[in-house]
Amino acid sequence: MDAPASEKRLEQLREKAWQEGVVPGRGVDVVGGPIPRKPGYYGEPVVKPPVWTWEIPLYFFFGGIAGMSAVIAFAAVLFHHVDVARTAMWLAAIAGAVLSPILLIMDLGRPHLFLNMLRVFKHRSTMSMGVWILTAFGTCAVPGVIALELHTHQIFTSTLDQLLSFAAGIFIFGAAIFGTLLATYTGVLIGATAIPAWFLHRTLLPIHFGTAGLGSAAALLELLGHRISALNFIGFYAAAVETALLIWLSVDKHGVADRAIHEHGSGWLIRIGEVLNGPLALILRFFGLVPLAAISFLIGALISRVGWIAVGKVSGSDPESVFAAERY
Amino acid sequence: MIGEGTHSTNQRRHNYVQENVEVGFFTDPTVCIGCKACEVACKEWNEVPDDGFTWSGNSYDNTGHLGASTWRHVMFLEQDRQKGNQVVGSYSLGNGDDPFRWVFLSDVCKHCEEAGCLEACPTGSIVRTEVGSVLVQDDVCNGCGYCVVSCPFGVIDRRPEPLPNAGGAFKCTFCYDRQKSGLVPACAKVCPTESIVFGRLDDLRARATQRVQELRQHGYDDAQLYDPQETSVRGIHAFFLILGEPEAYGLPPKPQVPTIYLRSAWTAAIATAIASIIATLVAFAFSS
Repeated sequence: MDAPASEKRLEQLREKAWQEGVVPGRGVDVVGGPIPRKPGYYGEPVVKPPVWTWEIPLYFFFGGIAGMSAVIAFAAVLFHHVDVARTAMWLAAIAGAVLSPILLIMDLGRPHLFLNMLRVFKHRSTMSMGVWILTAFGTCAVPGVIALELHTHQIFTSTLDQLLSFAAGIFIFGAAIFGTLLATYTGVLIGATAIPAWFLHRTLLPIHFGTAGLGSAAALLELLGHRISALNFIGFYAAAVETALLIWLSVDKHGVADRAIHEHGSGWLIRIGEVLNGPLALILRFFGLVPLAAISFLIGALISRVGWIAVGKVSGSDPESVFAAERY
Repeated sequence: MIGEGTHSTNQRRHNYVQENVEVGFFTDPTVCIGCKACEVACKEWNEVPDDGFTWSGNSYDNTGHLGASTWRHVMFLEQDRQKGNQVVGSYSLGNGDDPFRWVFLSDVCKHCEEAGCLEACPTGSIVRTEVGSVLVQDDVCNGCGYCVVSCPFGVIDRRPEPLPNAGGAFKCTFCYDRQKSGLVPACAKVCPTESIVFGRLDDLRARATQRVQELRQHGYDDAQLYDPQETSVRGIHAFFLILGEPEAYGLPPKPQVPTIYLRSAWTAAIATAIASIIATLVAFAFSS
């Protein structure tokens, strides 16, 4: 349909319409006269689908791991699992202070202007809150991991070392607090928009993203060799919550308004992701297959993030969903 | 009004920006002739790049929808209803007495009272002007794309490569530059039938109410105003008279500003944050 506009092209279209009754590509079917039968205005989207590309679901994934790793690190420090704490803080620093900002900046339409994000603080803009949460998290996680490493290796003398140990505790606590927000705000980010399938599930999304982050952090630590029962417990908890969310999602249906979650390719992504990090991870963990459960959970968490962005694209392009959602 | 010549609010100079007067557009499809002069004037004045040359097959509308490079969009609706007291004859659809009407409506950014894009913008690029319109400052915008999903009307969009100024979010500026100099927005200035009227918002609302009554007397039973003042959007600066249902124009009947969803979403987020900390502490406490 993108051939140059000309009288000749119009003749071709008329000819095709005469023979087949339908013109392929954009446009209405011609049989039965000119009254359009597509929903809304010729089926055009009412709201705009997200312009975000692959960087954003990947950022949701790594941001979740980073934030919740800091929580695990904090608990590990409290209960003297120094090895786990060190690995967890490295994960937090690398995923949260390196990978996440890079992915966020890459997704901008004008990456060189990324610092403009720090001009204002707007509590009513979740994007603004997210940038400040990520900044605060990085500010805690990086000094936290440095202080922890210096303290572990006993580089300095007793007084300075005590100070370092205290600093590590403060920074890791800060990283844990901002980390929980970093892992959950992304659900608010897409939940408080005009996209019907997103805003209809605005309470489910932060729970899902936060819990998937916690489970992913524990799973990654287990795959990195930390096979302790505390991480196994967290794995059980996260997979159980995700199973409950899968049930919630299949009960709390809104028909046409959120059909992007239950139909199309986007629906399959959500379903596959939720099964992998919900019931399948739970069953594998129950039978003691910890590495398999961890892999299943990580893959599921990633697929469901990709799925939720795909859902936004499908739902935002669907005028009927927007009209139907206004009843809720 | 037509007939007022240079005294019409669409033609005369004004000081609305200096005097902080709330202004608006009132768009009336019953006098629109679908000439698309508004689209052209908008493109020329604002130097908006082309938005694709495609056949849509949708009546005479090959523009499609509002977007980063489409700030005015004339809709062409073909409906099987009667237009006012229109006489239905054998020329309608070829088979006798089918009612038929062709409706044109020039769509534009609504400049909401509670604007989703403005609330969402993390750089402070989107601001409210003295005249109540919503303006994107292009040199500040870094193209994060959050306004795109926050507009309940699907107006604002990010401009793709390789167009000029790509990467930023764009929409109607209400010709803020022209208004500062006392000029009328380009689309209203050129509208040959004054289907687009520019003026003080309170004047326009009064005028629109009167126009609806007038049309009803002339048999336009389904004429109504589209100005969602009862929803969280709390009214729009560019409002419309429409024939029939808003859905047919791709206008949401009950648009909501997405910030109303913040409370429940953040509550869930904080609850998850607390639950995650507790679960982790419990996990380590019981295994130590």
